[in-house]
Amino acid sequence: MIQDFTYLRPGTLQEALSMLAAHKDDSKIICGGQSLLIVMRQGLLVTDHLIDIKGLKELCYIVFDEQEGLKIGATTTHRAIETSELIKQKYPVLVAVEKRLASIQVRNWGTIAGNLAHGDSSGDLAPTLIALDAKIKLASLKGSRIVPLEKFYTGLFETAIEKDELVVEVQVPPLRSGTAVAYKKFNLIENDQAIVGVAAAVTIDRKGTCNDARVVLSNAGVTPIRAKNAEKVLIGKKLADALLVKAGEAASGDAEPVSDIHASEEYRRHLVKVLTKRMVKQAWDQATHS
Amino acid sequence: MEKQLLKLTVNGQEYELYISPKTLLVEVIRDHIGLTGTKRGCETVSCGACTVMIDDMAVKSCSILAVQAQGRHITTVEGLEKNGKLAPMQKAFLDYGSYQCGFCTAGMLMSCEAFLKENPAPTKEEIREGIEGNICRCTGYNSIVRAVEAVVKGNYREE
Repeated sequence: MIQDFTYLRPGTLQEALSMLAAHKDDSKIICGGQSLLIVMRQGLLVTDHLIDIKGLKELCYIVFDEQEGLKIGATTTHRAIETSELIKQKYPVLVAVEKRLASIQVRNWGTIAGNLAHGDSSGDLAPTLIALDAKIKLASLKGSRIVPLEKFYTGLFETAIEKDELVVEVQVPPLRSGTAVAYKKFNLIENDQAIVGVAAAVTIDRKGTCNDARVVLSNAGVTPIRAKNAEKVLIGKKLADALLVKAGEAASGDAEPVSDIHASEEYRRHLVKVLTKRMVKQAWDQATHS
Repeated sequence: MEKQLLKLTVNGQEYELYISPKTLLVEVIRDHIGLTGTKRGCETVSCGACTVMIDDMAVKSCSILAVQAQGRHITTVEGLEKNGKLAPMQKAFLDYGSYQCGFCTAGMLMSCEAFLKENPAPTKEEIREGIEGNICRCTGYNSIVRAVEAVVKGNYREE
């Protein structure tokens, strides 16, 4: 059962930051609560103060410009991202990921920042956004700072958020030309959590050579993992089956998976190998034909 | 724990309640207001039996703090009928046998209503996707999809 707490509902971001500062040792933020309420109900999380930012419309937005790229406000729902024509055009992989995330009901109320701040390494958005080289903007009464998403995860369900900080924005840089990103998770029922997942971003030049690659693994470790050895295999090369096999093997070696009721460590490594091959190929094909 | 004043509208009726802030929306609907059509199926936010609409959005009421519904319009399964007449979707479910034990039915109806509001002419595939957040252990889903298709086709157009 959920333990008692004092409920606080700030009307503005400033108020929220003041409340966070005042209660920095014993408060938790709730937005959509689609992840938080589960752990609270199981008694895994107890807090003296619950600060509800769901109503902060000033943090609910999706904006894009060619220089700065995409900026998504923290309280933007998954559903808003899923149905955004703008995101479908500029970053179609995000729409594809959202369509396979949880369920419509969860996406209607849950938010992007809540998802990222929860820090579940089996999440789909974090690896995809890391492949997109995204950044997170954090605010406190002291000011704001920007953290690359790949540095944001520090441990199992642990993030770089300081006690008096709030996630306010997710930033995705403009895609270089010749870049495509693909993500796929392996699960038994569509839309279930990833047993493992792989996000692959490749940048292909006019001659068909890979200039840049980012391969990020979901649920293959306590945090999303950048499979840097897989990336090294790909950079500077042209597409070939043997190359994909080698990248898959490298990613499998980069993974640090656990065994649990869903899959053994071995099987996870095998899935990483297969999904890396497929997602690199898919992204490569998309980048070549874009 | 200090109680909060919650004002919300459910099926067109306004309510004022004093609740502890940790109360879930499904608890307000079932236990405080007494509308027991909405069901609690799983306690793990997986099954969708607790689905209601907030404004026009399908949400899982077991996964929302009631205080977050402050000032909003909630529709539960009891709110589908108009003047004692069943909604088209409800009639279609009856005709197509889209239920057996009935436990998922309230949530299923709410999800169907919600996605038809967004997409009044879904394909069969889109209907299946529309109910992705609702689990049924009895029917195998086909009779549910057929009922929705019949509504989409206009067989249950209200006079």
